[in-house]
Amino acid sequence: MDSDVNTLAWAVLLLPLVVAATILLGLKRWSGLSALVSTGSALLTLVFCLFLAGDGNETVDTAAYPWVDLGEHLRLTIGFQLDALSRGMMLIVTSIGFLVHLFSLGYMKDDAGKSRYFAALSLFMFSMTGIVLADNFVMMFVFWELVGVSSYLLIGHWFEKPSAADAAKKAFLTNRIGDFGFMIGILLVWILTGSIYFEEIKAAVGGVGNLALLNIAVLCVFCGAVGKSAQLPLHVWLPDAMEGPTPVSALIHAATMVAAGVFMLARVIFLIEAADMAATVITWIGALTALAAALMALQQNDIKRILAYSTLSQLGYMVMAQGLGQVGSDAGMFHLYTHAFFKALLFLGAGAVIHACHHEQDIWKMGGLRKKLPITFWSFALGTAALIAVPFTSGFWSKEAILETALNENMTGPYILAMIVAFLTPFYMARLVIVAFFGPTRTKDADHAREVGPVMWVPLVLLAAMAVFSAYGFLSGPLLARGRADFGHLFSHFGLTAILSLTGLVAGVAAAVYLYRGKSKDPLHIPLFRDKFYIDELYLGLVRLFQDSVAAFLDFVDRYVIDPLVARFPAGLALTAGSFLRVFQAGNVQSYAFFFAIGVIALIFFLIL
Amino acid sequence: MSTIEIIVLLPLLAALAVGLGSPARLTALGASVGVLLLSLGTALRFSPDLEGAYQFTSSRTLLEIAGFPRLSLAFGLDGMSLVLLLLSAIVLVAAVLVAPKEKAIKGSPRFYYLSLLLIAGGAIGAFCSTDLFFFYAFHELALIPTFLMIGFFGNGENRVRTAWTITLFLGIGSLILLIGLLLAVFATGTTTFDIPSLIALAKTPGNAMSEGTQSWVFLLLLIGFGVLVSLFPFHSWAAPAYAEAPTPVAMLHAGVLKKFGLYGLIRLALPLAPAGAEKWLNLLLLLLIGNILYIGLVTIAQKKLDRMLGYSSVMHMGYIFLGIAAGNHIGLSGAVLLMFAHGISIALLFALCGWIREQFGTVDFNKLGGLAKSLPELGLLFGFGVFASLGLPGFANFAGEIAIFFGAFAGESEAMTWIRWATVGALWGVVISAVYLLRAYRHIFFGPLPKKLAVPADLTWSMRIPLLLLAATLLAVGFAPELLNQYIRPAINGLLLVSAG
Repeated sequence: MDSDVNTLAWAVLLLPLVVAATILLGLKRWSGLSALVSTGSALLTLVFCLFLAGDGNETVDTAAYPWVDLGEHLRLTIGFQLDALSRGMMLIVTSIGFLVHLFSLGYMKDDAGKSRYFAALSLFMFSMTGIVLADNFVMMFVFWELVGVSSYLLIGHWFEKPSAADAAKKAFLTNRIGDFGFMIGILLVWILTGSIYFEEIKAAVGGVGNLALLNIAVLCVFCGAVGKSAQLPLHVWLPDAMEGPTPVSALIHAATMVAAGVFMLARVIFLIEAADMAATVITWIGALTALAAALMALQQNDIKRILAYSTLSQLGYMVMAQGLGQVGSDAGMFHLYTHAFFKALLFLGAGAVIHACHHEQDIWKMGGLRKKLPITFWSFALGTAALIAVPFTSGFWSKEAILETALNENMTGPYILAMIVAFLTPFYMARLVIVAFFGPTRTKDADHAREVGPVMWVPLVLLAAMAVFSAYGFLSGPLLARGRADFGHLFSHFGLTAILSLTGLVAGVAAAVYLYRGKSKDPLHIPLFRDKFYIDELYLGLVRLFQDSVAAFLDFVDRYVIDPLVARFPAGLALTAGSFLRVFQAGNVQSYAFFFAIGVIALIFFLIL
Repeated sequence: MSTIEIIVLLPLLAALAVGLGSPARLTALGASVGVLLLSLGTALRFSPDLEGAYQFTSSRTLLEIAGFPRLSLAFGLDGMSLVLLLLSAIVLVAAVLVAPKEKAIKGSPRFYYLSLLLIAGGAIGAFCSTDLFFFYAFHELALIPTFLMIGFFGNGENRVRTAWTITLFLGIGSLILLIGLLLAVFATGTTTFDIPSLIALAKTPGNAMSEGTQSWVFLLLLIGFGVLVSLFPFHSWAAPAYAEAPTPVAMLHAGVLKKFGLYGLIRLALPLAPAGAEKWLNLLLLLLIGNILYIGLVTIAQKKLDRMLGYSSVMHMGYIFLGIAAGNHIGLSGAVLLMFAHGISIALLFALCGWIREQFGTVDFNKLGGLAKSLPELGLLFGFGVFASLGLPGFANFAGEIAIFFGAFAGESEAMTWIRWATVGALWGVVISAVYLLRAYRHIFFGPLPKKLAVPADLTWSMRIPLLLLAATLLAVGFAPELLNQYIRPAINGLLLVSAG
């Protein structure tokens, strides 16, 4: 049985890679076929993952692929840890992955780089699968980097646009900074516990004496998650990543890849539990990100950017939960699961809107789309309901779980921040829906908008169903709901958290309706939020100051100090002395031969000496 | 004649044939493909389980004078030299293919191809020699045509000056190296130039060098080999030389010949003077951080692709030095893997850089742009070079780098030792690499196409084959580093056994 499961897992991992390679090696000439093969492989991996999820036994791959064997202390392998966590995560990745492939068939129909797009999408599926199935840190890091590069390729899909090319570069480099910490963390964990394998680390972590270093190690590992899941202070790449095609934003920059940081923390929750100081930092960073991103979302006008900031904010919730121990970690993964569906839905909905409005992304240039795009509107509305945690939708249950855990763990500060976010989220989402979908149409593009075709609205409808129901046992069976999503649970815990978050919901929506109904201009002007607290400008200044000017200075030093000192001076001496120069300039073979002979003789003379 | 003798002599005989009038490009191509096939055949017949012993050995005594060490032309391969032989053979084939057709060469095409063959032949000879004299002499044999090629066929107005700079630098480096080697030979009082016997002798009680002597020997070898590998601060010859060298020469020197110094440090300096290595560890750490962080930042400031690649090649030597500084199995294996990987990836990038220069007449970032649209294949291959170089998993470079990081972190201690701090610095260098490589990629290939830029036809097959060969090698080793590591492992085991005495 084990070997069958492993074979299945290998197939899930390698199929997308084979597809990506095939497209690259020649299939790319037939772009329609490339797209179909890629989508077909996504469907097939989804089916495989359903089989995997059905088989409940936990296994660690015993027949791992020996990647590099560096002696007894370090054997780097590619092998799988198939437990509830990874099986559940694989279902999220492959189901949303398939729907996004399907949606892309419509969205990218006439794109010149369609083959390249689908090849990159398949490469992403391969990389993401590797992260989820990894049974050791190095393997996870390998695929961690590979999702980074697939994200780079997809953000920069329209690379002739300077903004897209820059956004791709920014995303990769910001992630590299996080990975700098991640790698140090992996090395520190290795010297502290003697292993890179999660199960072995788990067994050894209790025996670590140097707790200070362990805390630092966990914080370093957390840096990786800060980069990938776009937490403060490395959040700056995610909004820019919206330069990529919208289905990519749905799959990679909302549902799955950005959640990889959270998944990684959940995978090593035993390390976080062993490091109190680090756990506190993680909770605070998550809560602060949730709040800061929600504030920035208030004043954005680009439909995708609003959703991007809301993703940041929701990721903040999930990260915050990872600092709250095993219970919190489960709650965070639960939210990751529900969020993946409703946020993918919102992005695909936004994609449908953008597609229908001829690539208009400014919500103030839309309006009235409720009647023009009924299917899109209703599915978008259901996704919004889940995001703002309307009772009994999936998002409601998972957010309650995180907030309640924070309260139980006595993390009052983060709890308060999270509650403020529970008011802000309904506010900015209601603003988005009112401005884009209600009132009169404000531009010709919005006027001419027509509902998208079935290949695009079918995924929307399926995801809308998931946005509402995904938390319930019959859908989340193999996942992490752990019986939280039921009415009995709600009423037995109907306490402070539920009251506060419902108040936040009502107040947020009411405020948005009051402020934005029937408006054609934003009545609020908060430059600080609109300009994202000027953090991008600050970083740009820091990079110019510390990196570029130091680089220019050192280049100067290298040219005019080091070089003259150790090179030009002796070279100059030789040149002034040298009529040899003429030998080169003459350039004829005789003088060369002569020179060469002299050289060889001098050499032999030197050696025999 | 043994296979190794044939492999070493083939490029040299081909050079002779070219000198005597046989068709230059054809002969060079035939010889280099021959060397590649023979090397691959040797790798297949190589038994990886022997504990680091030399295989395919051969020895011919050339000169025997009483009182002097015997001079023999002796060859043999262990896993490490095998890997470097494969590197040389692959890059040689690529370099010859990339070299311009005879008619396109201004000056003597005969001399052009003859020099390429000599450079590669010298490097291969050095890697395969088990005799100290020829180890050194083959390297010198490769250096001289390198200098001349830059002087005669280089691009840029300063090529003659650059040729002299590199000549002086590497000449002085070689001289310091020679002094170090002679000191080691005399200190052991040996009567042989045979490297294994020499090392064995250095370990025999009574014959062993004192710690003071070891300290001197290691320092001389570190600086001598270091100059050849552009160890900070002896690096300033490298970037201009690579920028101005003809493309195949840049590929062969940065890719292959430069590895001689690193190979020498592992092959000779560590086993001969382990106490010296320990003593100068912190100096080495300081210098290699200079390579990685200082040169890394200098690389960011470059405005032209050729100089940027030149500096990046200097920078990446720092990682290999880190593996050598670690001195353990993990770190040294990583160092050898990275030598191979860097050699292939830098050859790929220099080949692409040369093509861009030839087609557009410039490699200035500000004058190029948007090439990926009209030249997608070039863009893809350049991307392979860029991502291999910045250490993306799936390419060979990553396997080497990660082994080096683990090697440098290894040890019982739970404290942050100096070498661990150096590793942290080196890891920041990985960020720096990504900055300049992605900037270059962005500048040249993305964004809109400048109006003035005339777009040439896509790659020709004589360009496409070497590029694909190099890219495929990087991917193959990246996905399955054991392809090489199976050879490296016993070699490093043997080396460490010898070093430990």
